[in-house]
Amino acid sequence: MKMKSVKNKAAFQNIITYAIVIAAWVFIQILGGTGHMTSLLKGLLVPICTYVILAVSLNLTVGILGELSLGHAGFMCVGAFSGAFFTKVMADAIPSVGVRFFFALLVGAAAAAVFGVLIGIPVLRLKGDYLAIVTLAFGEIIKNLINVFYVGKDSRGLHFSMKDVASLKLEKEGEVIIKGAQGITGTPKAATFTIGIILILIALFIILNLIHSRTGRAIMAIRDNRIAAESVGINITKYKLLAFSISASIAGVAGVLYAHNLSSLAATPKNFGYNMSIMILVFVVLGGIGNIRGSIIAAVVLTALPELLRGLNSYRMLIYAIVLIVMMLFNSAPKAIEMRKRVIEKLKKHHGKEEA
Amino acid sequence: MSFLSYLINGISLGSIYAIIALGYTMVYGIAKMLNFAHGDIIMVGGFAAFTVVSTLGGNPIVGVLTAVVICTVLGVTIERIAYKPLRGASPLAVLITAIGVSYLLQNVALLIFGSNARQFTSVVNVPALKLADGQLSISGVTIVTIISCILVMVVLTTFINRTKMGQAMLAVSEDKGAATLMGIDVNRTIAVTFAIGSALAAVAGVLLCSAYPSLTPYTGSMPGIKAFVAAVFGGIGSIPGAMIGGIILGVIENLSKAYISSQLSDAIVFSVLIIVLLVRPTGILGKTIHEKV
Amino acid sequence: MKKALSLGLAVVMAASLTACGGGNAETTAAAKEDAAPAASEAAPAGDAASEAAPAGDAGSFKIGVIGPLTGDAATYGLAVQHGAELAAKEINAAGGINGAMVEVQAQDDEADPEKSVNAYNTLKDWGMQMLVGSTTSGACIAVAAETVNDNMFQITPSGSAVECVANPNAFRVCFSDPDQGTASAKYIGENKLATKVAIIYDSSSVYSDGIREKFVEEAANQGIEVVASEAFTADNKTDFSVQLDKAKEAGAEMVFLPIYYQEASIILKQAADKEFAPIFFGCDGMDGILSVENFDTSLAEGLMLLTPFAADAEEAKAFTTAYTEAYGDTPNQFAADSYDAVYAVKAAAEKSGITADMDASAICDAMVPAMTQITVDGLTGTGMTWNEAGEPEKAPKAVKIVGGKYEMQ
Repeated sequence: MKMKSVKNKAAFQNIITYAIVIAAWVFIQILGGTGHMTSLLKGLLVPICTYVILAVSLNLTVGILGELSLGHAGFMCVGAFSGAFFTKVMADAIPSVGVRFFFALLVGAAAAAVFGVLIGIPVLRLKGDYLAIVTLAFGEIIKNLINVFYVGKDSRGLHFSMKDVASLKLEKEGEVIIKGAQGITGTPKAATFTIGIILILIALFIILNLIHSRTGRAIMAIRDNRIAAESVGINITKYKLLAFSISASIAGVAGVLYAHNLSSLAATPKNFGYNMSIMILVFVVLGGIGNIRGSIIAAVVLTALPELLRGLNSYRMLIYAIVLIVMMLFNSAPKAIEMRKRVIEKLKKHHGKEEA
Repeated sequence: MSFLSYLINGISLGSIYAIIALGYTMVYGIAKMLNFAHGDIIMVGGFAAFTVVSTLGGNPIVGVLTAVVICTVLGVTIERIAYKPLRGASPLAVLITAIGVSYLLQNVALLIFGSNARQFTSVVNVPALKLADGQLSISGVTIVTIISCILVMVVLTTFINRTKMGQAMLAVSEDKGAATLMGIDVNRTIAVTFAIGSALAAVAGVLLCSAYPSLTPYTGSMPGIKAFVAAVFGGIGSIPGAMIGGIILGVIENLSKAYISSQLSDAIVFSVLIIVLLVRPTGILGKTIHEKV
Repeated sequence: MKKALSLGLAVVMAASLTACGGGNAETTAAAKEDAAPAASEAAPAGDAASEAAPAGDAGSFKIGVIGPLTGDAATYGLAVQHGAELAAKEINAAGGINGAMVEVQAQDDEADPEKSVNAYNTLKDWGMQMLVGSTTSGACIAVAAETVNDNMFQITPSGSAVECVANPNAFRVCFSDPDQGTASAKYIGENKLATKVAIIYDSSSVYSDGIREKFVEEAANQGIEVVASEAFTADNKTDFSVQLDKAKEAGAEMVFLPIYYQEASIILKQAADKEFAPIFFGCDGMDGILSVENFDTSLAEGLMLLTPFAADAEEAKAFTTAYTEAYGDTPNQFAADSYDAVYAVKAAAEKSGITADMDASAICDAMVPAMTQITVDGLTGTGMTWNEAGEPEKAPKAVKIVGGKYEMQ
């Protein structure tokens, strides 16, 4: 994203972004109110919110901080498990699902932020593709560890094990909460579209404010020229870590939302592996690196696309792959960009003539 | 004795990672892109050899050669269609396109061959080697894999150091602009790199399926990622680095399975990778990047 | 094959019907009452059911199927899809259910819970009235949370985790994971097959981990010593040499493999290379190993497995032939489970007398009590019944592979 010289212009752009999100909410409410919504769309709303939040948060790392992270799903995983764990453990203490969900969001955000800091300290010393691979490694480690993690609860408190259920030594009426590869089951379905939209707005608020603050400018200065930034006295480590952990924390929130939308939560390569990290990266790159609004649109389009292609049956994922390649080529190939510019100019000229 | 057995199996697995990693690292060194579709070329190689040897009943050597030819053509075609137009674009754009290509290859294979696993007939017919009164048995595939890996390494190093094309590759990886000025056809050099990388992927595919004989459209993706890790381990862009990285990765993976925990071996491998990169931020044999103001 | 059978005769017919393609019959006490209107092709069985409508005019039942049709679990999802489609084809050829045809639509979920819910919603938009799915456990649990809200009748062919059928509207055809683990340990113990057992399992899989857990528990009761418990993960399933070496070193007489046949085929090959020849023992996921294209069946010689289905068993012959003809594959247990699931739906639908114009919720209300009253002679078990918990009651068959063929034990 180019630095906007006029502050008002930036503020105006931000308002448009918020307005798009709110308009989407209103649109869906009207659709739902008039009964024009398909079950598929209804079911897709929360996942779309989840991916939008993930895309926006990764854009902070990739676009604003300028570091390639391939382990974003790891933070989502931390958020999802800590959030769902909280909801399950507190079932007796806090009977209201809504209140528990609210606190679970905070817990997930905090847990992911802690991991963000822990991982960020060593990782951010590295550069480029090496940083990418280390984030990928951390993501895989988190997933692998969660798969051997057993937690149970009984009247004596919580019990942890890295072996199996039997070694938890639970009392008879004790309940196993995290069951290794089987994960957490039975998380209440507390996530709704409205909550999703509110979370998107909060994520946007945090990120957009960060970008246009002093801190944000410092972060972007590091991205554009680290040595120059250092020489004017910007504390590189501090700002990098700040951006990285905020990004992780927001991803954690997305994880909590994910966990409270499905009744089964297990860390599989599909949902929390590098495949997911790459998927989120695809949203960011396709939407335009550093372009927050682009990330939102790309996340919505690419989440909905495979569902809309369901009519193609076995050709579905094939077509999806082709569409992805073509979109990338169209969006990023220097020749395509040139061609697009020419077409737009022609249209403008044409338009100008008509007006004259 | 069991330690030796674990070690040798680790080296064998590592040799396969190494051959795949060579492809990754060459493409990275020259085109500066992470070719995530590389793992799926392995799978194509496996299916090509399978079709020739098992379905058509051909000679194993013909099978290997067919796999090499098909993968080479495929690699060059992919480069031409999907990656070349993106030259000059952000490296991330190329990365995402490579992921698209990876999905594409998997799904085409799924449509053609179906999802059922196939048992790959080993192309290797070397008897197992028995040492120490039969206490230590090294299978034929293991021996062939390790020898092929060494062979590939020697041939590749010779090619790069002794031929004009090899020198051109080095020049392009060093500085694309300068190489162009010296009259090197950069596009052709990159195409040749893809051809070699893909041919190696075919060899790796055949070896992989001979040693671990289950072939599905998704066979290549996990070894592909592991090999990518190996390439980074050794210092991405460095050919001996890929070799060392691959073998070390295989050995660590097997030893941690054997002596620490079979559940956590992935986590251990990745932890070692992180530690190595923290000590040597550009991998074991990677070049240090000097930053310019 | 026409299903113009008097339901009163069904009790008698049940025994002789097993050899027919979809040998399903209802054997319940209530059958007598329903005998009267059952003479026509359309045979509504419930008292409150509408008058028998002529075939063709009764509309059609829409049955949804969910499973991974792409991705690395696609083998299982495609088998489930094909099994259900084959059953539907046969049922339609025989006059449908209560005179109404059966329509089957399968949706892909890539074995992912979130995608599975999307697939479920897509099917709902299509007008699905009953669900056969999801195929994989994690996905099934997620979908089960949706079906209970919608009051949609659900029968999963292969979702084996306990939670899959926790809700009253959900049933399953396969055994549950704990049952398989316990049954395997019992079988090994009672037949004194081995006392020192090593386990190689997939620690990242709900299915594999679930079976192992109960197996270890029951092994202690059976006097079986688990000498090694070695894991692999979805990301690390290429090389099993270390796991095998450790099992060998621990002196295992038997290696228990609660995993799918794709990984098992590599394990068998590597064990042969190592000249390690314990008894290998698998569960229902092992079924299909002989159908792996180009598989050297001598590797599986002596392999034992507890499976509800065997493709080359006498009673499955018609099914296997029809399946191979239609889809070019040998059916595995997933295909058989889903085939049986559709026939269970048919039996329960006839029992409850539902009609195609009823909505999903009303169908569910009628089907749930009917499910516990039917008896189905299917491919995966003769005389299958269901209890209120949604679990099937059938006996597992132990088979041993001898000369590249299943041999019943």
